[in-house]
Amino acid sequence: MRAYFCLLLAGASACASAPSQSTTSPSPARDSSNVGRGGTSTPNADPFPSTYVPFPARTTVIRNVNIFTAAGPLIRNGAILLQNGKIVSVGATVNAPADALVIDGAGKYVTPGIIDDHSHLGVYAAPGVNALSDGNEATNPSTPYVWAEHSVWPQDPQFPRNLAGGVTTLQVLPGSANLIGGRSVVLKVVPGRTVQSMKFPGAKYGLKMACGENPKRVYQGRGPSTRMGNVAGYRTAWINAEAYRRKWDKWNADHKGDPPSRDLGNETLAEVLRGNILVHNHCYRADEMAQMIDIAHEFGYKIRSFHHGVEAYKIADLLAKEGISASIWADWGSFKMEALDAVKGNMALVDHAGARVIVHSDDPSGSQRLNQEAAKAMAAGAELGIPVSEERAIQWLTINPAWALGLDDKIGSLEPGKNADLVLWSADPFSVYARPEKVWIDGAMLYDRQDPSEQWRTDFELGFVPFNRN
Amino acid sequence: MNSYRHITRLVIASSFALAASLPLAAQTIAITGGKVYPVSGPPIENGTVIITNGKIAAVGANVAIPAGAQRIDATGKIVTPGFVNSSTQLGVQEVSQVSDTRDMSARGKDNIAAAFTVWEGLNPNSVNLAPARKEGVTTFVVMPTGGLVAGQAALVDVVPGTTTDMMIRAPIAMVAEIGDPQQAGVNSRGELIVKLRELLDDTRFFRIHRDAFDRAQTRPFAASRLDLQAMIPVIEGRLPLVVTVDRESDIDATMRLAREYNVKLIIAGGAEAWMMADKLAAAKIPVLTGAMNNIPAGFAALGQRQENAALLRKAGVQVALIGNAGGGDEEAFNVRNLKQEAGNAVAYGMTWDDALRAVTLAPAQVFGVADRVGSLQPGREGNVVVWSGDPFEFTTRVEHVFIRGHEYTDKTRQDMLMGRYKTLPSTHNNPPSQ
Repeated sequence: MRAYFCLLLAGASACASAPSQSTTSPSPARDSSNVGRGGTSTPNADPFPSTYVPFPARTTVIRNVNIFTAAGPLIRNGAILLQNGKIVSVGATVNAPADALVIDGAGKYVTPGIIDDHSHLGVYAAPGVNALSDGNEATNPSTPYVWAEHSVWPQDPQFPRNLAGGVTTLQVLPGSANLIGGRSVVLKVVPGRTVQSMKFPGAKYGLKMACGENPKRVYQGRGPSTRMGNVAGYRTAWINAEAYRRKWDKWNADHKGDPPSRDLGNETLAEVLRGNILVHNHCYRADEMAQMIDIAHEFGYKIRSFHHGVEAYKIADLLAKEGISASIWADWGSFKMEALDAVKGNMALVDHAGARVIVHSDDPSGSQRLNQEAAKAMAAGAELGIPVSEERAIQWLTINPAWALGLDDKIGSLEPGKNADLVLWSADPFSVYARPEKVWIDGAMLYDRQDPSEQWRTDFELGFVPFNRN
Repeated sequence: MNSYRHITRLVIASSFALAASLPLAAQTIAITGGKVYPVSGPPIENGTVIITNGKIAAVGANVAIPAGAQRIDATGKIVTPGFVNSSTQLGVQEVSQVSDTRDMSARGKDNIAAAFTVWEGLNPNSVNLAPARKEGVTTFVVMPTGGLVAGQAALVDVVPGTTTDMMIRAPIAMVAEIGDPQQAGVNSRGELIVKLRELLDDTRFFRIHRDAFDRAQTRPFAASRLDLQAMIPVIEGRLPLVVTVDRESDIDATMRLAREYNVKLIIAGGAEAWMMADKLAAAKIPVLTGAMNNIPAGFAALGQRQENAALLRKAGVQVALIGNAGGGDEEAFNVRNLKQEAGNAVAYGMTWDDALRAVTLAPAQVFGVADRVGSLQPGREGNVVVWSGDPFEFTTRVEHVFIRGHEYTDKTRQDMLMGRYKTLPSTHNNPPSQ
């Protein structure tokens, strides 16, 4: 039932560059100096700055381990060195500093931390009671003025479960009730008293947009009730946003006269038009994705990822040409008309056509098994005569979503200089029997399956969720 | 042929006690060389399975192959019974958000719909059947949902034809739910039990005073005549009652009620069943649950954990695995993912053998049809799957699926779509049909 709710939501992203792998320009410095400047609309303003501080990390070497780097071939029986929260070296061997904690990987597997670019953790928290249902501001078909982070409950017990599933970074999106649902937030899957302390420092915001059945169903009679009504809604919003952007860009350049009045919704959309916010567009059908691409062209923004694109395989060539990633499921489908043509070969077909594939969840349970979803899609590819290597499929879970979030310079692969976000798996991660044994974020081991007493329990869980009663 | 038709008619007349076999598989099939898991006994290296006239005729290491048998070489492969998914809405829910395709719930009267026979709405042409079969699910329970008493479930094989052709047994169970009191039209959990007790009580009375009822000489009953009628086999212990229930205290209350009325109880869902595994084992109450959900999705499921199935099994409870991911594999589209559920059960502590049993023989025993399906033994239906490797692993392919001795190789709708779009045309017109 929950998943249903989430299914109503999705996102669109506009801001991407080339369709080829990697390369994101470094995030512009956040302007946190806007204290007392709430009346003005400043590009890259950061009124809710991240207060994340990495957890204590030991210099760590994992040796005798098979390493999927997401940046090259599998390193068999290799080693990796983590120091000061970063990956220092990875290869057949590494120099272990004297003070390093040395972990014998015993022939197991290491991958980059899994990145789920479609999550509603915290905004649709568990238990799924109305009081915690904060994902859809279904009061207006266009709500670019809401920010998902203002709904996130850091004590959602789903966070530690995701971490135990190897997920280290999440994009939490507003729901898909609205044409324009609001800003997403990128979180590290870490315990925190405040959402600010979970926010990924320097991450760009995303904008959630939604096509098709959800908005027209939710607003029937009081908003768009048809797909053509949906499209008119997007275009109207962008027309207003473009006027707003021009006004503010001019004022920010010359500071002549009174500043224009600030509008939260237009401000977010103007940031998309400036390329500072990435568009994540929930869109199932091929024909609607093609229309959303035309709208993006009309207003000069880019879509970073189509989410839930169950028909992405029908326009995989177009996605490749436009440099738009497909955030998709392995095998969800048929729950509504726009999901009818879901096929298990979607990921393999889209990958084969040269577009970026991302395994996403939209589900607190599925998010913990994104590796298994990728494995199902690989099997479907093999059956289609489109074999997908494990090295390739690892990218669907790591560097490709990192790119969709504009963070592929920091996370998503195991390369020197990148954040030490990684997972030690009990077996090949594409096996149904594999489970994460240890998970590191910024070099700190935050999950250890062998040490239940140290495992993260949210405040809510204390007393309510029974443990160790067997 | 005449006698076959005659038998078929008899079968239907006896309310699906025995299903008709269509298409009639007169052929003899010999599956040789594989590692055979009969489930009812130890695995057999280099084993042979003989299917004759739709039934398993012989299984073993030294089985003579009848002359003229069609041979299937399973060398290096795994041979198992067809998988049984024992809680689905397959065939009664095509597109879940399109009401016209949802036929798994009855309106009933005051949330009681015991008379509802969900299989009457089963669509044998559902496009979700072929994908399930293609991935090794040969048999499934179609269950009604919703309300306090949802109705009656049936056990069917995934074969083409009519619902009658598919049928193994109907009804196979009565289905009730101790869930959200508000959704069931009452105010509290205790009141759900009161309503169930009232129904059981009225059924008892109705059973012995039917004549008085027909003469309108009884007090008013909580349920309709047909509902009471349908409940009689439940209080006589002939038809099990599946109760979907999660919270420990609700499971406990349900068990007490079942004991009071001598009801043969099956727990479904059972998020917190692991917390009382010993009691369930002692009472010999089976549990239908999954291994892919650990979300405390509501206050009744705070103890939800992926080890549930393994802990129950360890305590000696009969466990049949079903989809429970909470938004994925319990959907009709993904009844096929039962094998993933089994693999996860192993990852969370169940033995591999028990996981295989939990998707084959265990559900057959739970529903009293172990003489028909769930194992590879002479006389059972010829429901056999040949796997390229470990059935639970993603890299494993289903190489052959036999149901009642007939091999199915039909393309699914998804196969057709992928065939059409595998090579995209240079324009944005549709590619030619394949």
